Amino acid sequence: MNKNYWLIISILVLVVFTFAIFISKAAQFEKEGNLLTVKSCDGKKTIFVEGFKEGEKMSKEKAQVVANLLMDLIKICNQEVIAKLKEDNSVIVLNDASLILPDLKPGKTPVLLAHGGQPHTKKEIKLFESEEKRMIDEGYKVFHDSSLGTNGISCDMCHPDASNTHAETYPKFQTQLKKVATLREMINWCIENPLEGAKLKHDDPKMIALETYITSTRKGKVLEPGKH
Amino acid sequence: MNNGFPQKTTGGIKRRDFLRMAAGTAVATISGVITPLVIKVAHGKGKLEPFTFAYISDAHLYAGNPNHRFVKAIKKAVADVNSLNPQPDFVFFGGDLAQLGQPDELELGKGILSDVKAKIHMMVGEHDWYFDMGRKWREFFGKDVYSFDHKGVHFVVLNSVIVKDYWTAPNMTPMERMKAMAQLDNPKGEAFTVGEEQRKWLKNDLSKISKDTPLIIFSHSPLYKYYRPWNFWTDDAEQVQEILFPFEKVTVIHGHTHQTVTNKIKNITFHGLLSTAWPWPYPPQGIPKLTIQMDRADPFNQFDGCGDGRVDILSSGEVNKTYNFWDRNPMEVTFERVSKETGSETPGPSY
Ligand code: HEC
Ligand SMILES: [Fe+2]
Ligand SMILES: [Fe+2]
Repeated sequence: MNKNYWLIISILVLVVFTFAIFISKAAQFEKEGNLLTVKSCDGKKTIFVEGFKEGEKMSKEKAQVVANLLMDLIKICNQEVIAKLKEDNSVIVLNDASLILPDLKPGKTPVLLAHGGQPHTKKEIKLFESEEKRMIDEGYKVFHDSSLGTNGISCDMCHPDASNTHAETYPKFQTQLKKVATLREMINWCIENPLEGAKLKHDDPKMIALETYITSTRKGKVLEPGKH
Repeated sequence: MNNGFPQKTTGGIKRRDFLRMAAGTAVATISGVITPLVIKVAHGKGKLEPFTFAYISDAHLYAGNPNHRFVKAIKKAVADVNSLNPQPDFVFFGGDLAQLGQPDELELGKGILSDVKAKIHMMVGEHDWYFDMGRKWREFFGKDVYSFDHKGVHFVVLNSVIVKDYWTAPNMTPMERMKAMAQLDNPKGEAFTVGEEQRKWLKNDLSKISKDTPLIIFSHSPLYKYYRPWNFWTDDAEQVQEILFPFEKVTVIHGHTHQTVTNKIKNITFHGLLSTAWPWPYPPQGIPKLTIQMDRADPFNQFDGCGDGRVDILSSGEVNKTYNFWDRNPMEVTFERVSKETGSETPGPSY
């Protein structure tokens, strides 16, 4: 047999194989126990209705819940969503959209955690997280490094685990500075005084790193600018 | 910033006079009331001669700059105890004389403390120990574990900063070992212990002492479990306490925590010491309920939240303990207040 023939066969095999993967992915969702499947008219939203088999007729109440859910989904994104409506009417998102629809509940309009109506990809989210972590780690190092000052003292000596740095209370009035001070001004104050060091420019990467670390230790705290 | 309870001046009386008055006066105190600079020991069946000793702790000295803020601070404490009239029976140093265990740091500290007029008893802290495993410290100050008797009270000084070997396997240099230990919030920090050898020694030391003799135990770390992430902790605390429970009057006085802190477990009362160098914030959990918390320090004032103090031993063998804040009213924690075992009535830090 000639070479061309082999090439055509291998391409064919590859195409069939790819297609098979595609089909089996779809089948994975389809398999949800042979449940009644409802699709939106644009075909992008698929809901498996638990408690009803394919071909079975839904109760009026259930049909209303399904309709509302589809409406909600269409309103909030044009992405493909595959979800299961459980018997207790809670919703589980089965595909990638679960990243952007974490608290999907019928009767409650879901929150779309994406910008411009488009979800962040997993890759983007990884990048955000790793960059944030890189800055936190860098800030941790600076915070524990006495070379920021001149007298051997480092921030962690007085603020173990960044305690008592209270990022969430800034900007606030500092009597001794006689003005409303920002967190960066307060960081600089501690660099110049307890550490006897030279203050950092507010956009110095070390300053940003310190701010990121200090602030990260107060994650989840209520913002209370001005609090003493 | 500090509009919580400790205010700055003591109406009309100059602080130095106030100290003098207080040191000379038998102490009658309302619970939680703030008084001056001494730890009062001894009180029992009225059979002891009351006496007073003073303390200085946690100086964390760096060498090389005679004007370093921590050098100024310990000198201030030395001036304080030297100005006490009458003089205390002795001065106790609570550990962490050096910051990084360097021979010149310890030497600097030894020189400054040699200006103390009263006799001085030394205790070791982790910052003194982990550069050369206490070699220089012992050369300068003698034994790290010892006991002595004074006016009917039995005093024991422990080395409670013993930890598992974390340096041999990763081949750390002495300085790396020291720096790992010096970082309070080191997530890999090993827990402090007194250790089996010292517990044996303690048992033996106390076997010669009658159970009604008042005991004062000094340890650098608190001899109980307060907050593990910062090593405000002694891992074998329960085993040490077990040795102390049979005695009628036991007071433990510890350094390391740089703050006001009071605890009571059965018949053992625990008092912390102030640092001359810097105050520590309270950890997010584990603060013993008897503690009257000090307010957050003023970062614009080096001396705020720092100081020294004294211990008054009453004739009964009980102890009144005073935190002498440099820029706030002193705080006295009386045995009466501690024996009532009521929680703090005064507000803690603003948050
Ligand atoms: C010698 C001790 C000491 C050192 C070292 C120190 N600080 Fe402070 N810092 C304080 C004290 C005391 C306060 C006041 C604490 C409070 O308000 O609870 C403070 C306050 C702060 C605050 C404001 C907290 C608030 O509630 O408003 C920030 C931010 C801060 N420090 C950051 C730093 C940084 C960054 C470093 C290292 C460059 C540093 N500090 C080093 C003692 C220190
Ligand atoms: Fe200390
Ligand atoms: Fe210590």
